[in-house]
Amino acid sequence: MNIYRHEFKMHLRSDIIWSISQAAMIFLFTWIFSSIAVDAALLTETLSQFPKELLIAFGMENLDLATVLGFFSFAFLFSQILLALQAANYGFGILSVEERELTADFLLAKPISRRRILFSKVLSAFTGLTITNIVVWISSFVFINMFKGDRTYETSTLLKLLLGIVVFQLVFLTLGMFISLLVKRVRNVTPFSMGLAFGMYVLSAFGGMLGDVKLELITPFKHFDPGYIISNQAYPSTLWISVAYIVVSAIGTYVLYQRRDIPAPV
Amino acid sequence: MSIIEVNNLTKYYGKSRGIVDVSFNVEEGEIFGFIGPNGAGKSTTIRLLLSLIYPTSGSAKIFGKDCIEYGPMLRQDIGYLPSEVFYYEGMKVLDLLKYSASFYKKDCSERMYELAEIMELDLKRRIDDLSYGNKKKVGIVQGLLHEPRLLLLDEPTSGLDPLMQRKFFDLVREENEKGATVFFSSHILGEVQRLCSRVAIIKEGSLIETQDIKTLQKDTYKKIRIEAPGLDEKRFLIDGVMNLEKFDGAARFFFKGDINTIMKLISEQVVSDVTIEEPTLEEIFMHYYE
Repeated sequence: MNIYRHEFKMHLRSDIIWSISQAAMIFLFTWIFSSIAVDAALLTETLSQFPKELLIAFGMENLDLATVLGFFSFAFLFSQILLALQAANYGFGILSVEERELTADFLLAKPISRRRILFSKVLSAFTGLTITNIVVWISSFVFINMFKGDRTYETSTLLKLLLGIVVFQLVFLTLGMFISLLVKRVRNVTPFSMGLAFGMYVLSAFGGMLGDVKLELITPFKHFDPGYIISNQAYPSTLWISVAYIVVSAIGTYVLYQRRDIPAPV
Repeated sequence: MSIIEVNNLTKYYGKSRGIVDVSFNVEEGEIFGFIGPNGAGKSTTIRLLLSLIYPTSGSAKIFGKDCIEYGPMLRQDIGYLPSEVFYYEGMKVLDLLKYSASFYKKDCSERMYELAEIMELDLKRRIDDLSYGNKKKVGIVQGLLHEPRLLLLDEPTSGLDPLMQRKFFDLVREENEKGATVFFSSHILGEVQRLCSRVAIIKEGSLIETQDIKTLQKDTYKKIRIEAPGLDEKRFLIDGVMNLEKFDGAARFFFKGDINTIMKLISEQVVSDVTIEEPTLEEIFMHYYE
């Protein structure tokens, strides 16, 4: 419990900043929606003149921006990028920080098993991610209802979109931890987390543009594609790949952390 | 019962050597010195005992139990002071010490304040703002606050001023008198000689010798330098004198044997300066290579 509390304090500030950014972004997008939805026909026409590849890259090819959820799914993609970045940040950070800041000798010389350390750290990071998750839920409902005017939307579809966040976060959290243990040392978390989050996003964007199904398969952005979820009111069938990521990364993390030689602070 | 039992412990980091086939025992109530130059494998041995790293082969027992299998339980009674101390950024000294104490079953707060007072540690300051020596003091307090039965000290005195070093040695002796066993790694022979009852000498990953400190001292050479006008260094060519050199009107040599013999020889001279020193660790090692 003491490690959990300590860890939580360590990332509370970053968690608050991520949450505020999410709320601000969702506010901004829904607010824009309220003003452009009035001229929805004009917007649709403008978009139709954009190159198709560009629309695909932003997951906008099948979107009806004039509907509440149609527009929101566009906003949600950016929310997903932020969620992926935050989760990957925590994933790459929570275990590697002890070696980077050379505090591993302090922590691991204490009378506590590595399993306990790992569980406490994961639980603490997950708590942080859940706080952001809750903020996304609240801001989505509050701001959509604030700006939708007299338009309506399907609540169950929105719930589907938001329910996917937990799994989406866990993919990046566990993948980040797993990779951080596969490499010798994570000197700086940001390049790793940016690489993973944007890399996956670019794969999803370019996969769509090239029509290459294989690339789309591996990126969680496709497993939780907001455009797909909203137009089909269901998750893509490739969702199991994300679940597989979590299982494999979690097991890999556990095994590697148990066996890891902690480098001496030189 | 041996407090530490190390059996054929070997550690390779990939292809590079950590330690090779190291075996020794540390008995209850001892202050056991572990000396060797940098990179000899002192830290590797201690980190293996704490299961911070895992052995390539061999095993180690602490309090009679395997140090990997029972690691978390054993560490309740182990205090560890690393050679380099690093703590979480942005924490205050008191918060860190409390966090450290929270891992142990017993209430450590009384001993914590006591130790902080002895080491003259300001608990309200942020760790980031502390000098290296003060960080080291934090390390000492957090390593001792749970009154461990076994102390693992990895070059503990680097960064401490002489006054603090003395206070620290007093603390270690005090813990030892209360029954704690101490494993003390160092490359400074003097402090090992002052504190320890037995020493193990490690060089390039292998134990060269485990010896009683008194025997080691008797065996070792004195480093003598004599400055005298018109000095005839050949007078000192007696049994037990080695590496005699002369330069700038001074003679320098190593001597092993009855110190009175050499004192008589020196007193026959009109000298302007005499120094008799303990040889450095390297010089002792030279003796072990012969």
